[in-house]
Amino acid sequence: MGESALGKTLTFRRGVHPHEGVGEKRATGAKPIEAVPAPALAAIPLLQHAGAPCKPLVKPGERVYLGQKIGAPDGFVSAAVHASVSGRVKGIQPRIIAGGRRVAAVILENDGLDEWDPSLAPLADDAGAEKLLEAVREAGIVGLGGATFPTHVKLSPPKDKPIDMVILNGAECEPFLSADHRVMLEEADAVLDGLRLAARIVGAQTLLIGVEDNKPDAARSLQTAAGADARVLSVRAKYPQGSEKQLIQALTGRRVPSGGLPMDAGCVVINASTAAAISRAVRKGRPLIERVLTVDGEVGEGKNLRVRLGTEIGEAVACCGGAKEGVNKIVLGGPMMGQCAYDLHTPVTKGVSGILLFKDDAPEKPLGNCVRCGGCVNVCPVGLMPLTLYALARKGFYDRARDAQHLMDCIECGACAYQCPARLPLVQYIRAAKGALRRAQAR
Amino acid sequence: MEEMALKRASSSPHIHAGRTVQGVMLEVIVALAPAGVFGVYTFGWRALLIIAVSVLSAVFWEWLYERMAKKPCTVGDLSAVVTGILLAYNLPVTVPLWMPVIGALLAIVLVKMIFGGLGANFVNPALTARAILMTSWVGYMSGSAYQMSVRGVDAISGATPLASQGGYELWQLFVGQCPGCIGEVGRVAILVGGLYLIVRGIISWRVPALMLLTLFVCTWLAEGSAHAGLYAILSGGVFLAAFFMATDYATSPVTPVGKCIMGVGCGLITFVIRRFSSMPEGASYAVLIMNLTVPLIDRYTRPRVYGEVKKRA
Repeated sequence: MGESALGKTLTFRRGVHPHEGVGEKRATGAKPIEAVPAPALAAIPLLQHAGAPCKPLVKPGERVYLGQKIGAPDGFVSAAVHASVSGRVKGIQPRIIAGGRRVAAVILENDGLDEWDPSLAPLADDAGAEKLLEAVREAGIVGLGGATFPTHVKLSPPKDKPIDMVILNGAECEPFLSADHRVMLEEADAVLDGLRLAARIVGAQTLLIGVEDNKPDAARSLQTAAGADARVLSVRAKYPQGSEKQLIQALTGRRVPSGGLPMDAGCVVINASTAAAISRAVRKGRPLIERVLTVDGEVGEGKNLRVRLGTEIGEAVACCGGAKEGVNKIVLGGPMMGQCAYDLHTPVTKGVSGILLFKDDAPEKPLGNCVRCGGCVNVCPVGLMPLTLYALARKGFYDRARDAQHLMDCIECGACAYQCPARLPLVQYIRAAKGALRRAQAR
Repeated sequence: MEEMALKRASSSPHIHAGRTVQGVMLEVIVALAPAGVFGVYTFGWRALLIIAVSVLSAVFWEWLYERMAKKPCTVGDLSAVVTGILLAYNLPVTVPLWMPVIGALLAIVLVKMIFGGLGANFVNPALTARAILMTSWVGYMSGSAYQMSVRGVDAISGATPLASQGGYELWQLFVGQCPGCIGEVGRVAILVGGLYLIVRGIISWRVPALMLLTLFVCTWLAEGSAHAGLYAILSGGVFLAAFFMATDYATSPVTPVGKCIMGVGCGLITFVIRRFSSMPEGASYAVLIMNLTVPLIDRYTRPRVYGEVKKRA
């Protein structure tokens, strides 16, 4: 384990440095989080997580409290959704969420009272692991880094997979984004508390915290909050440092087996904002109704905002001076892995870690040839050969890509396409191939 | 802004490192420039004429082929310019002017375009063209073709450093005071250009370093003197081949281990050809032979995948 590496900057093999180019950490990291006023109308999609959509628990016309559960998880891998305002249910309408999926959303009319659901109560300090896990599940907490995997699922590994280490992911390796950075600075105690609670739930003894070396202030504030409980380790500012598997490799030297999950290496990785949400759920009984996100790119002024879920992204953008002339692309999340939104009416969901506006004026060009520069091989954090996977995927040889070239091990970080001088859509084709194989398997 | 219609919705990543194929080729041209200047300085203005004819005809053939085949024009990526320069650098200054024209036709159309264009050829275009010219017009490409006036060397010298072993001082070879092809004698200039490409991350140090090292060590062991080893790497086209031919993207391995094998293989085959065959120079053939092994090398030097589970026997 990383004992010998204490005090040194740790990292994984290969990767790219988008921070040094177009997407350097902007000034947003130095600005305190501002709260966006609660919206007059909130659209709460019933699918804001990886897994099955929720079933609605409310009917049009019904009155709801702030924090009231309005969507019940359907199955184990699913997460409840809650009212982010108090008021009346206006209806259940379809909304297009990040990534282009159309899902049913509960539309709430805000009465402006912010009346909390009286049934929400904090947990006793000596609550057992099961009670804590139940609180996390009831609060609808998912991974807030962007993957939106339900946190209670992560925290309930099977009996045969003991967890000895809980890792706080404070890497925030996506350029532009600084929401986690601000959360670690301003809510260090809540972040640490959430991490300790997660460790109690899975019964882990070791707590590690990984923060990229471009955020030394966040690392210091976490170390102060951690005291002797946890070690803050510095990891190099490199993409994708915040990918679970790469962070585990950097901090512990362990490797998650191919096709496996962090629990197979005895680890659970929790994002900084997610940890703060766990703390709020347990100590205050507050479900996940808001999140911190970064607005940046072609806007008046880049900021970090605390936004109620269900707020239209346009309202967050308006708080930052509005979009500049000529913006034709909205990215929800970071520029390396974020998904496009179609308009500014898209609601903020749990996985929206950033709203980035871009001007993309590059003319559409036909695909060129791969020049075999090997740049993609040099940067792939997994050790794949993206050029070969791309060639196979373009020809439709998905089976061969999976069996001979480890297609399914791709973490879709996009470092290959970022690097490619021929501008080939490498990760895009790989993603499509993985999707096609998954659909074929499901059938 | 209210009704901002989104013209662009695409799959991530949404930013790019900024490098383009054209940009890479431009940097290669910049890196090749010092050796060309050196060639013109050493052999006179005719060298510049050969380079110009070679570059222009390479671009022309690519343009003509794509026009006839009704394909999008790709001369803008500058790869034809690089091929033209490399071809000229591999010719003696005495060749008639139609030779680079024919050579460029072979390099661009026969080797590159009909296999699918940039990146799809499996042997180095400039070197293959040179090999064909060499076997077709031996008189223009060897022996008396190198009877030329060389700046810094008294009288007209006839023997290339390889033909007359030990005829030159090492420093003379390094600064290019010897006969040879247009672009191969300015070794100090090639080194500068090559180091530039390595620093800029365009080529890997592995191929040139290991090619030179392997040839040096093999010759040292065989001849029993380090001087002979240095003489071997400083004569002929080894420098040009190591930095600009063996590192050609399309025809060299993409994996780090593969690049090492490429370098060692090129050095070893150069040594074998020089020592055991009837040809005085082997660097270009060594690169061509290694080109053919690249698909195999890439297949067996795939990096280890993160978390790969060792297969049980």
